[in-house]
Amino acid sequence: MLRFLVRRLLGAAVTLLIISAITFMLFYAVPRDPARMACGKVCTPDTLELIRHNMGIDDPLPQQYWNWLSGIFVGRDYTGIGNCNAPCLGYSFVNHESVLGTVKDRFPTTASLALGSSVVFLIFGIGTGMLAAVKQGKALDKIASSASLVASSMQIYFVGPVALYLLVYQTHLLDQPAYTPFTENPAAWFTGLLVPWLVLALIWTANYTRMTRSQMVETLSEDYVRTARAKGLSQRTVFFRFAWRGAMGPLVTIFGIDMGVLLGGAMITEKTFSLQGLGMLAVKSVINNDLPMLLGVMIVTAAFVVLANIVVDAVYAMIDPRIRLA
Amino acid sequence: MTSTDQQPFLSVKDLKVHFSTEDGIVKAVDGLSFDLARGKTLGIVGESGSGKSVTNLTILGLHNPDSTEVEGSITLDGQELNGASESTLEKLRGNKMAMIFQDALASLSPYHTIGRQIGETYRKHTGASKQEARVRAIEMLRRVGIPQPDRRVDDYPHQFSGGMRQRAMIAMALVCDPELLIADEPTTALDVTVQAQIMDLLKDLQQEFGTSIIFITHDLGVIADIADDVLVMYGGRCVERGPKEEVLRTPQHPYTWGLLGSMPTLDGPVDVPLTPIPGSPPSLLNPPSGCRFHPRCAFANKVDGNRCATESPVLEIVDGRGNACHLTDEQRREFLADLAASKAN
Repeated sequence: MLRFLVRRLLGAAVTLLIISAITFMLFYAVPRDPARMACGKVCTPDTLELIRHNMGIDDPLPQQYWNWLSGIFVGRDYTGIGNCNAPCLGYSFVNHESVLGTVKDRFPTTASLALGSSVVFLIFGIGTGMLAAVKQGKALDKIASSASLVASSMQIYFVGPVALYLLVYQTHLLDQPAYTPFTENPAAWFTGLLVPWLVLALIWTANYTRMTRSQMVETLSEDYVRTARAKGLSQRTVFFRFAWRGAMGPLVTIFGIDMGVLLGGAMITEKTFSLQGLGMLAVKSVINNDLPMLLGVMIVTAAFVVLANIVVDAVYAMIDPRIRLA
Repeated sequence: MTSTDQQPFLSVKDLKVHFSTEDGIVKAVDGLSFDLARGKTLGIVGESGSGKSVTNLTILGLHNPDSTEVEGSITLDGQELNGASESTLEKLRGNKMAMIFQDALASLSPYHTIGRQIGETYRKHTGASKQEARVRAIEMLRRVGIPQPDRRVDDYPHQFSGGMRQRAMIAMALVCDPELLIADEPTTALDVTVQAQIMDLLKDLQQEFGTSIIFITHDLGVIADIADDVLVMYGGRCVERGPKEEVLRTPQHPYTWGLLGSMPTLDGPVDVPLTPIPGSPPSLLNPPSGCRFHPRCAFANKVDGNRCATESPVLEIVDGRGNACHLTDEQRREFLADLAASKAN
């Protein structure tokens, strides 16, 4: 287990290094000058040079990348702004706020959105999928399968406004989406996120219904499931202890990857419901040519995806004893 | 007790198992009858798709009730199984009747230890505690000849060798001392030495506990080794039945002749080519008219009036011996002598 962790964490570090380098290079692949935008209307060459220096973009590219990278581990000095302690992801080009601070500030919104909706889609998706697998070929299965096909072809930017209109503006059944920190007011946190959770979960529920159903149908026809029945175990035991156990592995894998993606920010959902999460932050930093912010969001997002993969592999090994961690 | 003395331990009467598929109705088993006494072994032989496995899955009630229609009667120790409730069958499965499957790797759960898989059958039927079940599992593993059973009990199936997995499977089937054991090609995937060990093990266990065994195989060598009686199946029907010695020495049905002709012998000359049965097994979706074997039978033209193609031969059993074929006894003796002569040359 320790060997596995060390090996995978080293691999993760390399992955993150490569991703940050690529982001860095891609940013400069388009000719642009963030300093020119910050300089304003009356911009003398001297001022421009000073801004460039303060931003740290007057160095050659490899030097800039090195400065950014070493800042994470040893901190960094910014002329005009001050000292930035490790781990330092720099300051925004646009509003000079600490990147780490901004990411930390936005993260709870994204995490709440991801966790809340995944609770909903796991319960409903897996539940419906199991029911459909039990009632294979019957009416319930057909209804669930068609409904999930329709739901999975829906888009947030369509379902979101419709849900807002019907559930919030017209009937006032649910609250207007807004983020309140859980620690501040749990009830407001819940009601404020309910509509985004449901909308985001609707589409994912459909996917998980279909995956659960197909996995269960597959494992239910396995020989070892038949053996379990031949031993006199009840249908229920056979279904949960044997068939579900076999179906769990692939579902955990997919959920891990999905979770990584969701924690990186569901930008369309955030945009639709005007929530300030990591997704919106990423989009804005691209639009604003805000390199430090973009790098910050990218590295945090990538870290979640990589981490999720490690967790998935560890969990998979717990489910399936044939998998050895190495 | 009088009733069990009069009637056989297991009795299958006119069993019909039909599956509805998208293409039509598959008549996997079509009017099969046989009896099995306590402590005896019945060998069922036939090609793939002859209905051997379906018959036995139906006895345990493991067919899919939504797409399968089962007619006829299956009585185990006087109790009717066809149409019995799921909870009744659950109490019998693994307890009074148990099954050993062919592919032990696929048939054992990869997610649970061997000990747990053996123990849970025991717990289900006896209400034993986890600790008692574990002790019982170790005892069973020892009985089927697994070395260091107290250590191997916590292994997973993938940590066992092929022969050991099959032994574990047998231990699992026998954990509640079943009175009926159905073995579906339990040795097919194993090498010959392991196969012989498994057969010996089954014979020993049968002697010890008086278990009745149904042994499904397509290997007549295995039948010769273990069975008391033989039932030859073709196209979902029984074509010949009788005591092992008689069926192997004086087979009556041309299909059995074919089966025996396609089997290599160790004591005969090595350069005699094997004679496969021409053609392939019949479609059970659209079975041949009359005798289902007639399209592949070399002797169908010896019967007058094309009866083989039009009239289904009736299986008549006298003193446990019989066949379903239109040939007369005289013809049979003659053709069998010819076959023996041609093989000797």
